[in-house]
Amino acid sequence: MSAPMAAPAEPERGRPRSETRPPSGGWRIVAAKELADHLGSTRFVVLFVVLGLAGASAVYSVSQQITSVASGVGTTESLFPLLFTLSASDIAAATQQAANTPLPSFVALISLLAPLLGIAFGFDAVNRERSDRTLPRLLAQPIYRDDVINGKFAAGLAAIGTALGAVLLIIAAWGVIQLGVVPTAEDVARLAVWYVVAIVYIGFWLALATLCSVVMRRAASSALVAISAWLVVSLFGGLLISTVVGLLSPLSSTPTTAEVIANGHLQDALTRISPDGMFQIATQAILDPHVTAGILTIDQRVAVAQQGAPGSILSLDQSLLVVGPQVLAIVALSVVCFALAYIAFMRQEVRA
Amino acid sequence: MAIEPSLPAEGGRDATIEPVIEARNLTKRYGVHVAVDDLSFEVRPGEVFGLLGPNGAGKTTTVLMLLGLTEPTSGEARVVGVDPMRDPLEVKRHVGYMPDTVGFYDGLSARENLAYTGRLNRVPNAVAATRITDLLAQVGLSEVAGEKVDTFSRGMRQRLGVADALLKDPSVLILDEPTASLDPEGVVELLALIERIAKERRIAVLLSSHLLDQVQAICQRVGIFYRGRLIAEGSVRDLASEVSRTQDVVEVGAEEADGRPAGIEIVTASLRGAAGVASVTPDATAPGHVLVTGAPGIAGGLTMALASAGLRLTHLRAREERLDAIYARLVHAAAEAPSEPAGVRQSSVTPAPRRSIRRAPGPAGRRRPERTRDDRDDHDAGARR
Repeated sequence: MSAPMAAPAEPERGRPRSETRPPSGGWRIVAAKELADHLGSTRFVVLFVVLGLAGASAVYSVSQQITSVASGVGTTESLFPLLFTLSASDIAAATQQAANTPLPSFVALISLLAPLLGIAFGFDAVNRERSDRTLPRLLAQPIYRDDVINGKFAAGLAAIGTALGAVLLIIAAWGVIQLGVVPTAEDVARLAVWYVVAIVYIGFWLALATLCSVVMRRAASSALVAISAWLVVSLFGGLLISTVVGLLSPLSSTPTTAEVIANGHLQDALTRISPDGMFQIATQAILDPHVTAGILTIDQRVAVAQQGAPGSILSLDQSLLVVGPQVLAIVALSVVCFALAYIAFMRQEVRA
Repeated sequence: MAIEPSLPAEGGRDATIEPVIEARNLTKRYGVHVAVDDLSFEVRPGEVFGLLGPNGAGKTTTVLMLLGLTEPTSGEARVVGVDPMRDPLEVKRHVGYMPDTVGFYDGLSARENLAYTGRLNRVPNAVAATRITDLLAQVGLSEVAGEKVDTFSRGMRQRLGVADALLKDPSVLILDEPTASLDPEGVVELLALIERIAKERRIAVLLSSHLLDQVQAICQRVGIFYRGRLIAEGSVRDLASEVSRTQDVVEVGAEEADGRPAGIEIVTASLRGAAGVASVTPDATAPGHVLVTGAPGIAGGLTMALASAGLRLTHLRAREERLDAIYARLVHAAAEAPSEPAGVRQSSVTPAPRRSIRRAPGPAGRRRPERTRDDRDDHDAGARR
């Protein structure tokens, strides 16, 4: 009984299998298939249209008024990014007119909707394979197990990048026509950097949704949890933070410097764990060379105050330096979230 | 009428051919629950092995361990000579696997689904394209190759699953519950397909099922699996004869001396008193006949009992036991048996795994000459090469 067991095993060990070993990169095959699925899916078309319409209406309302008030909103040398960062009400405020369209700016809209993009491409990544019963069949093919989740994540990012990039390019081109202003190289660079940061930020939501899809067996519960997280962070995040800050580090009626600093530090610490807050800071700093004090951390505000008057124009590398911590924190959050999804998937039993 | 005492039965299990699937003392525990308990068996090329057992017996867990998708708690497996835990990719390259209730991407066509499997197996596109065409023709899905899978019936999906498993040109085919929840016609079709493929390609097929009656026709050997333990192993007929040593079931039909059919009550009453008879029940499948259950060799006494009641025998046939009856009895025995230490099997039914039941002492001598050789025997003999 024991002889035939050992016999086939021994020669196998020494057998060179290098020529039959599959090349690494099973994730590419998975990603290619997933991306094709995404790009052909209804949800991609719907999100693309929603994103495009939101962006277009924001930019349209701004471009209607921006030329007339360009002098009123600052130096005109970087008018182009203003197309994306200004809202109609900003302009109305600047020109002391009543805002007829209470529409937020393009980037504000995008940062509000971006999580939806990440959730849409991730919430059923793994549990759909389970409910369709394709997972055992997929894992029985000669690919590594992590190829599945890596490929799906990569495909999700690629789909998001495609949607966001296309919307951004279309809107920018249209804006150029409307505005009649050709963007400078730095304008383009700022937009490109913002695009990359936005992808990383959406990657966080994609990773979160993927985590939900691994942990939750039903796509509906996974989507609900991911969307709840999005609502809490996006809509109530700021409110929650200011409530907690007000409770823990209240300012007296005549606040001392120490109080303000302590209050600011707490606010910053809490904002730093809020991906939404960090992305907004990063967005403003990257796209808007006029560093407005309101968006920075207390330490950064102090640094800016020491370096020069607020409102001075920062070059792109200076802007990046200023928001480096926020960008890094977004990257770290995305990585942590994906790592959790990865580990959960690798440890899961194959059978449902 | 008489069956040969022994068929050239070892054909399917030529000992000189290395087994392509070997399980040795495989054990899988989930916490305190033992899903698979000290399982050992092997399958050789060209052989169809049926892993049979009720739901929850550990069949799927066993299959997942063979594929390296679940780690055994102890014991080891060799598939195509490779340890699935050490080199799962090598195993998966040579094993075609169809999971129970196989699923496909509903948004893709049958051809696209197979093409994805081909890419995952690094089959060059041109090769895959011709292979897919051939396989779809073999499983009878050429007509719907371009249609989306969500329009497919269960039977079509199962057949597509077989094509999918064969796409990598495997040397081992593992089919988990291939016939579950198919209609009878679909079952026959699918089993014929599997049998044909096993013969044509001479690959080893491991097929698990809880529907014993369905798959017995195409399995050269079966292992009966209950609560994670293999409680019997051998060819269907060997298992049947082994079990029927303790019991016989005989169909009896009789008529009155004047040629009128005899009433069931009279026949029943006359047979009740015969030596060795345990029970007499009406035969549900043949009106007018009764089923007599009793000790081995009761058939001879029945004629006498009928004659003494003034009846004439018109029909006497030892009923070949269906596998599900055997299985039910084995499972019943296993369930009633006190929990034994692992590794100790019921020696009355189960020989050591590598030995065929046929070699157990004396089955041929105990086979009664009046047993008819039915279709199943012919089939079984034909399936052996």
